[in-house]
Amino acid sequence: MNLDISLAPEILFYLGSWPISNAFFWSWLVFAFLMIGAFFVKKSLRMRPGKFQNVLEMLLGGAYDFVESMMGTKKRAMRVFPLVFTMFFFIFFCNLLTFIPGQSAVTIQTAGGVVPLFRAVIADYSIVFVMTMLSVIVTQVVAIAVSGPLGYIGKFFNFTSPLNFFLGLMDLVGELAKVMSLSFRLFGNIFAGEVLGAVMLFLFPFFLPLPFAFLGLLTAVVQPFVFAVLTLVFISMAAPLAEGETEKV
Amino acid sequence: MDMEAAKYIGAGIAIGLGAIGPALGEGNIAAKAMEAIGRNPEANGKIAPLMFVSMAITESTGIYALVVALIMLFA
Repeated sequence: MNLDISLAPEILFYLGSWPISNAFFWSWLVFAFLMIGAFFVKKSLRMRPGKFQNVLEMLLGGAYDFVESMMGTKKRAMRVFPLVFTMFFFIFFCNLLTFIPGQSAVTIQTAGGVVPLFRAVIADYSIVFVMTMLSVIVTQVVAIAVSGPLGYIGKFFNFTSPLNFFLGLMDLVGELAKVMSLSFRLFGNIFAGEVLGAVMLFLFPFFLPLPFAFLGLLTAVVQPFVFAVLTLVFISMAAPLAEGETEKV
Repeated sequence: MDMEAAKYIGAGIAIGLGAIGPALGEGNIAAKAMEAIGRNPEANGKIAPLMFVSMAITESTGIYALVVALIMLFA
């Protein structure tokens, strides 16, 4: 079986001494597309919405209501909504790109041999890791801002009793494990989907991959949602609702 | 046994054993969610997203096993 599957993305070319991989290349195309798209959508917003704007407002409103129901109050939701929705939208868009037919057949001749021009962006561990670190660091910063530096450290090193000390250490391990669990979940799902598709295509072309492609589509929608919701849950756990701070409708 | 064969056997065992737990867990979640929806069909919209999230979290141990297996095979 000569399937060329590699964990690391293939290098397309070098910019000076800086390698440009195909996943990196595609992620920048996605960035550019989303930014230009956002710019034009923002310019075309009207007080009396057209069809397109109506659909957008409905989707955004639904997402916002969901975030508000998780965070409790409007103020908290407004603070965290841009971050989590951008994460969701970026990962979702990257995943959808892999379903353009024929894109994986395009190859390019480079110094290191013939490599595919396209790679699923999320199937490159580095970008997943960066997003996970962003999510974890934001969580820690929120926790420090809420409970103060001393309170934050005191949560992990608690000397009141041996049991509390042990539980504090376990909390510390839990914070570190977040990095692994968040990033491996997203990366593993998407990469496994790619590998599964390649293997099925090898076993019985055209028909056998179809149900797996459908499964991949489900994963492509659910995993960004899970990533964003977990980030949301981490942040909301780091900053619990204060006493008397209730929902005002 | 040469290195290559050991790699394949190791990957197979890793994902095979790693898939048992998540399979049981996800089945349990799906069964309970179906039960809940059957009892209260109006709550469908609230239960379904929670079900997906908890399933994805349950799945994570299986995904770790998968990542380990893939690293054994391809890296």
